[in-house]
Amino acid sequence: MVGNHHGGIMTGSIRDQTAIVGIGSTPYYKRGRSEPQTLDELVCKSILAALDDAGLKPADVDGFAYFAGGFDTGLIMETLGIPEVRFSASLTGSGGGSAGCVGLASAAVVSGMAKTVVCVGANQQGTQRYGAITSSYPATPENVFFATAGLVGPGHMFALLARRHMHLFGTTRDHFAEIALSARANAVNNPEAIMSAPMTREDYFDAPMIADPHCRYDFCLESDGAIAAIVTSADRAKDLRQPPAYVMASTHGGEQAWGRSIYWMNMPDEYFASSGHQSVARDMYETAGIAPKDVDCAQFYDHFTSQVIMQIEDYGFCPRGEGGPFVADGNIRIDGSLPINTDGGQLSAGYVWGMTHVREAVEQVRGTAANQVPNAAIALATGGPSNLPISALLVRR
Amino acid sequence: MTDSIAKYPPLLVETIDTNTWTAPFWEATARHELAIPRCRDCGRYRMPPTPFCPGCQSQAIDWVPTGDDGVVYSFTLVTRSIIPGMEDSVPYVPAIIELPGAGGVRLITNIVESSLSDISVGAACNLVWHDTANGYTLPLYRLST
Repeated sequence: MVGNHHGGIMTGSIRDQTAIVGIGSTPYYKRGRSEPQTLDELVCKSILAALDDAGLKPADVDGFAYFAGGFDTGLIMETLGIPEVRFSASLTGSGGGSAGCVGLASAAVVSGMAKTVVCVGANQQGTQRYGAITSSYPATPENVFFATAGLVGPGHMFALLARRHMHLFGTTRDHFAEIALSARANAVNNPEAIMSAPMTREDYFDAPMIADPHCRYDFCLESDGAIAAIVTSADRAKDLRQPPAYVMASTHGGEQAWGRSIYWMNMPDEYFASSGHQSVARDMYETAGIAPKDVDCAQFYDHFTSQVIMQIEDYGFCPRGEGGPFVADGNIRIDGSLPINTDGGQLSAGYVWGMTHVREAVEQVRGTAANQVPNAAIALATGGPSNLPISALLVRR
Repeated sequence: MTDSIAKYPPLLVETIDTNTWTAPFWEATARHELAIPRCRDCGRYRMPPTPFCPGCQSQAIDWVPTGDDGVVYSFTLVTRSIIPGMEDSVPYVPAIIELPGAGGVRLITNIVESSLSDISVGAACNLVWHDTANGYTLPLYRLST
């Protein structure tokens, strides 16, 4: 559709032209426990760790590609001694761009605007819980249309989409539970995960209901941390320390029918009970030249269990409305047909605004994951779902 | 819990911030009138009010008085307080209400004064006006009897 195949020569595509060559992370901290470190300090620690992973130095960095507005590039340069940058840009929106910032970095590299680009995401929730972040938004003429209804956090808003999905397709809380239980089972084997205790079905159903049908374990963790990824050209990647995670595709955007989604709530019925990822997924597969069956594992942005089920549908792993039965059949477990959130995800490992998933996708194709999927060659990571843009990433070994 | 009655939502918004395009909605609610913007050129309803019709890009609007009827499109039961100011309001029921009288456009609002166990997607409901202590008026809904 984008017409990037002409006589076998790829034009206008980033496919396989760049790679993630370094990944760095701070520990995942429970909300507030990263203090007295500052947020910029966490960001810089993750960047240094990612550069070290790649075998690069701060002086090698010449670009920054962020999402959600990003960080202060000048301050990071001043702090880390990065002499010069020639690219500094961010996707708009919020956590929806986490998987797409890699595409922004790749665009900079492929166009020649920069050679070595840092992607970084971080959050520190000591003073502002993301669980109630909606209530902290400034009053605007647009915001009052949802704020007056007592929708204090994204979990309350996405519960409305979850309820609609249950109504349309017969999805149940047992299906949501399977997402939470699968994530926890993976986290138990991941020494870096915040939640290390096993969870039973009884634990799930005994948890307090926050915004029915979402109980506590349908919500992601509220945590602190920073994760950085280093993107450079595929040619240069071959000479660096780690096996490259080649970027097959990294797309972002979305459709007007999704738009501001939870802040709008007037999506057409065929989009309402979805993750809004249809067009981003289509573009991603088209850029990469692969189909859902080629994906070895998927790291879905799991702010809420219900949205994982809707992403499984939007990414074509099962027909629309069948996400519940798909997970009930054991497909998403580490030994299933589509292992998902293999590190425990943001539900049980650590919430770093989607960068958790970028990190785990890279670990899987390197073959170094705590719960390694045997012979994982292609890994998917997503960003969002939220207001647009939302995003996707495919990496391969 | 399921025998509880849906309370009014917590009053978390101090004042209603408006602009040229949203002010008529709130001016109407203050008069206990529900008025929804409809494109004067193509007849498409939209909410919230925005400066252009997404269908034909016209800026001409008619504010159409809309009846009391609503249909529950989706809802969530909030039974637990997670920030100060919510404690006395639980349980309350944020809901998406479809307006058959305005082309099926939806309001983000609340179901109140209704038994929690009776609330379901597709249920009919009716407008109730809530004059808040902060001086603005919200259109809320009660299950039809």
